[in-house]
Amino acid sequence: MLRLEGVTIDMGGATLAADWAVQPGRRVAVLGPSGAGKSTLLDAIAGFRPLERGRILWDGQDLTGLPPERRPVSILFQDGNLFPHLTLARNLGLALRPDGRRPDAAGIARIAAALARVGLEGMQDRRPGTLSGGQQSRAALARVLLQERPILLLDEPFAALGPALKAEMLELVRDVAAQLGALVLMVTHDAGDARRFAEAVVLVADGIAAPPVETERLFADPPPALRAYLGEGGH
Amino acid sequence: MAQRTVAVIAATALAALTLGPVAAVLVRAEGLAALGPGDWQALRFTVCQALLSALFACILAVPVARALARRRFAGRGFLIALLGAPFILPVIVAVMGLLAVFGQNGLLNGALSALGLPRLDIYGLHGVVLAHVFFNLPLATRILLQGWLAIPAERLRLAASLGLTPRARFMVLEAPLILRLLPGAFAVIFVICLTSFAVALTLGGGPRATTVELAIYQAVRFDFDLGRAAALALMQLALGLGAGLVAWRLAQGAGFGAGLDRALPLTVAHGRACDTAWLVAAAGFLLLPLGLVVWRGLPGLAQLGPQTWAAAGHSVLLALASTALCLSWTLALAGARGALWSLMAIAISPLVLGTGLFLMLRPFVNPFSMALPVTALVNALMALPFALRIVAPEVEAIRADYGRLRATLRLTPMAWLRLVLLPRLRRPLGFAGGLVAALAMGDLGVIALFADPERATLPLQVYRLMGAYRMEAAAGAALLLLVLSFGLFWAFDRGGRAGAAA
Repeated sequence: MLRLEGVTIDMGGATLAADWAVQPGRRVAVLGPSGAGKSTLLDAIAGFRPLERGRILWDGQDLTGLPPERRPVSILFQDGNLFPHLTLARNLGLALRPDGRRPDAAGIARIAAALARVGLEGMQDRRPGTLSGGQQSRAALARVLLQERPILLLDEPFAALGPALKAEMLELVRDVAAQLGALVLMVTHDAGDARRFAEAVVLVADGIAAPPVETERLFADPPPALRAYLGEGGH
Repeated sequence: MAQRTVAVIAATALAALTLGPVAAVLVRAEGLAALGPGDWQALRFTVCQALLSALFACILAVPVARALARRRFAGRGFLIALLGAPFILPVIVAVMGLLAVFGQNGLLNGALSALGLPRLDIYGLHGVVLAHVFFNLPLATRILLQGWLAIPAERLRLAASLGLTPRARFMVLEAPLILRLLPGAFAVIFVICLTSFAVALTLGGGPRATTVELAIYQAVRFDFDLGRAAALALMQLALGLGAGLVAWRLAQGAGFGAGLDRALPLTVAHGRACDTAWLVAAAGFLLLPLGLVVWRGLPGLAQLGPQTWAAAGHSVLLALASTALCLSWTLALAGARGALWSLMAIAISPLVLGTGLFLMLRPFVNPFSMALPVTALVNALMALPFALRIVAPEVEAIRADYGRLRATLRLTPMAWLRLVLLPRLRRPLGFAGGLVAALAMGDLGVIALFADPERATLPLQVYRLMGAYRMEAAAGAALLLLVLSFGLFWAFDRGGRAGAAA
């Protein structure tokens, strides 16, 4: 279980508070207006931003003091998820061999399988620059598969994709997360994405990241903060 | 973290290798009592020639930069690139070129005597200043040109729509710019000229045209008076530190010239003939000596003896060693207060360092046997500020772009260096490596202090051939040096560009 215990995060003047827990393997959307602190919340969980107060725990283990590289977390950023000068095989290989050495035969087979799994079969030797935006997202997801971490954070990695492509990617994330049994926290400012993808929603507004609520229930009876964000009348 | 450790080790080594020699000089110098009247004369000459050189370089740079900023013509890009050439041009090669134009048997004196006019003598104060202007006029021009091209196009359009007269335009747009940039350029050039050694060695000399650096060399080589050499080094150190601090404060806005071809400013109708004259004069002043080095050097290439080839071999090895050392330092220190190291290197001149290293080595080994390693080390130190300035911002950018990805992938420091940092730094490292290699290749400083006949570098060999009045062989060796310096720069820079994937 991922538990945020009395967490306060400094956002340069304003603060963001969170105090809740979420079960492993769930798909959670982090929804709210821009600037509310959605990415800040993910950064804190990933370890890129220190907490002002509180603790973050995973399965009872305290992550609070750990640097990003020691946390059980993989994260996809808005951009820069792949090294542009390395081939896909090299990029994915880094998930298996963080010391940069070439993977063994078994590793090479796993890379090929991961690429095939996301629909990039045989593209090992391509560089990210020669791929479309959607293909780059797929390659990054293939790496997430290889990283095999129990928490997957998505910081709007598909923001630059068109609606159809984005829906496709969300579908793929769902498959990848299911295969790994990973907890997914996905930042979005699009209520449609949240409804399509997430089992639960964390609403971030007014300095508070609210406890996750079942998606159906949340949209059936939106709280005032969500109603304000969606605009009166809702969606 | 491991990276931190590396940075600390590199910084400690750097501090030890710069402050150690300085300490050796301080200990050995028994006050300023060892200095004779000739040494104080050297101090006066050093300051005086540096002031004159900076003054002429800056004044002449104004019309040249203005012409380059407001005219568009075929070869403009080449001319701007040419302005970068003196930076990697070996001093001794430039001196050969200047002698070919202004020397005893040069073009100018040929023309003068054909007209029945008295001959000019290049040796002495005016020769030293002439050579310094040759090297620093391009630098001042680049600094000014950068400012000129940064004038917002809106302001130029406004001036045009107001119908400002040339005089009003100058007062409103150009004068403030010149007043802002020129003091910094002046200060930087003044400091560079304070540490002038090779120019003074070749074109100055004699009691009335000796710089402090040259006096250090003479005290070590001719008088073997190490106490006096140390006292002179102390003098030079104080001079460099004082002027360096002033320059550092004045030159905040000056930079050293990158990205010179931005948006097209509006060209101006008036003053076209005047601009053309300035551009032709500046291009001639830079190109004629270089062209003559090539022209006069070609026949001399056949006369290159085994000694010259051996010296060339030494120089190439030395340049490569300096480059490797300097780039390793750069990578280790990038991001760790580069400006501080730059300041240190501005203040400490090669001959002060050389004197200190000489004093440190003498109890243990014959310093003359260490000529090449010491020269490689000093050259690496002297080029470090430039390399840091080129590479450090790129390292910062790579860290900003990929630092988080690195963390989430749990990359080891070696993997980060080998797979991310080095491949992505190819271009700036290639460019910086080219500069360092060319600077080390052409350096005629510490090597003169330490060298014995068996361990000459190519610049020193050119100097010796000149001293022996074997002018044709000297011209050939100078051409070889020119080719090797520019060739090294080209090879490194090219290597950085080739295969540098997006």
